[in-house]
Amino acid sequence: MTTEYTKPLPIPGGMYGATRGDFTQPFWEATKRHELVIQRCRTHDGFFFYPRELCPVCLSSDLEWAPVSGRGRVHAFTIVYQPNDPRFNDDAPYVYAAIQLDEGARIISNVIDIPPHDVTVDMPVVAVFEDVTPEWTLVKFRPA
Amino acid sequence: MTMRGAAAIVGFAEMPTRRTYEGRTAMGLMAEASRDAMADARIRKEEIDGLIVEGGDFYPAAIGEYMGLNPNFVTGVSTMGASGATATSVAAMAIHSGLANNVLVTLSAPRETGMPWGSPPSPGMRTEFENPYGPAVAANTGYGLMYSRHMHEYGTTQEQLANIAVNQRYNALENENAVFRGQPLTVEDVLNSRYINYPIRLLESVMPCAGGAAIILTSADRADSFPNRPVYLLGAGIACDPLTGWARERLTRSVVTRSAPIALQMAGYGPSDIQFAQFYDCYTILHAVCLEDAGLVPKGEIGPFFAATDTTYKGSFPINTDGGQLSCGQPGDAGGFRHVVEATRQIMGRAGVRQVERNDLCMVNG
Repeated sequence: MTTEYTKPLPIPGGMYGATRGDFTQPFWEATKRHELVIQRCRTHDGFFFYPRELCPVCLSSDLEWAPVSGRGRVHAFTIVYQPNDPRFNDDAPYVYAAIQLDEGARIISNVIDIPPHDVTVDMPVVAVFEDVTPEWTLVKFRPA
Repeated sequence: MTMRGAAAIVGFAEMPTRRTYEGRTAMGLMAEASRDAMADARIRKEEIDGLIVEGGDFYPAAIGEYMGLNPNFVTGVSTMGASGATATSVAAMAIHSGLANNVLVTLSAPRETGMPWGSPPSPGMRTEFENPYGPAVAANTGYGLMYSRHMHEYGTTQEQLANIAVNQRYNALENENAVFRGQPLTVEDVLNSRYINYPIRLLESVMPCAGGAAIILTSADRADSFPNRPVYLLGAGIACDPLTGWARERLTRSVVTRSAPIALQMAGYGPSDIQFAQFYDCYTILHAVCLEDAGLVPKGEIGPFFAATDTTYKGSFPINTDGGQLSCGQPGDAGGFRHVVEATRQIMGRAGVRQVERNDLCMVNG
């Protein structure tokens, strides 16, 4: 018995919607395999997030999608009581956090499997994958 | 040569902040505030040869047209909450560079507006990598992250920052333009208000409102011929960093670390010379961080500062003497403009019951 997933799914697109590009497709293909990949700039040898068509550090186009460990720390978090989108109302309060990955990039996600007010800054976390629909898998984090 | 002292504000007008101006338009409010500011400066419409407005939502030429202005220099600035302070700086630049003599700056919002933050019709990074995780309402999310990180790095407490809202409310009690006039607030009230998103509580957040304001700037050589005490712009600094809060390298630092030193160096003053401050206050935490980053309070010590310092208009270091956005309400991007307007009012000596004693040098942040 499955219930329909009613919350917002990722809507890929350029920063200003100029290109409904799918250059982020490798990210979502990886989450479906329950793997986390992050863009890495081969020129300056560093990871960055969110995905871009060129490196925001050195403006290089020599990029790759590189697997990362999925391990990181809660860099900062907020516990959402009043979501922007009412489709999250039934989940509130929940943790919305900036996760600092061990490899260096920072990613936005939820911290789950812990009472929201027990989350702390710098807490070690690890990626988990939620197959929310047959097409989409979200990456979330739980205490490591 | 910098634009230090090249231009002065010689007139202003402010529409009282309300939940809504029923049946009114943004342009109508801007026109009314502009008319009243011109009357305040005793300047004729035909003498206005520069116009600056908020440019993200409005075409400047359309606003000029609405009120029958035919300016020479015209532009819009779109730096969100900083638009009012930015526009004031750009007005001084235009005057200093000879592009205009008398510049009108006006911003408004006719009804309460929530920020359409990453709303579904606008594909982009937010709709792909933030919205599936449920950000909080309005602009709260990034400031919630900033708040939790500041608490972690510096031991800042919610009780300490509650004083920001409380002191500003005291300042607003007799401000006829403030939505929350006559409604006192205690630290307990703030700490008992519901969370929007931890650590941000309802009474640490601005309320979306309607309102608007206008100011008139002129060149230094003409400033003394107007009836009001001229308010000279002695220094300005403008800086920008990632719009996406979590993408900033240090979540607990704002761009004021870069803009304030530029302004202070131009003015030839240090932070300790500043007599009172009007600082952006969409949320207590951003207000706190900006005061630190301007050098008015040592980094990380904003919590103890607010626990120990009377920042009301009667206090040792008055801040947001009109109640700020937290007590007056936030009419969209015009919200931050109130800090320019109140600084002007205080320096002109027209703040009435809340007039500060030392009113010669104010630092404004947008």
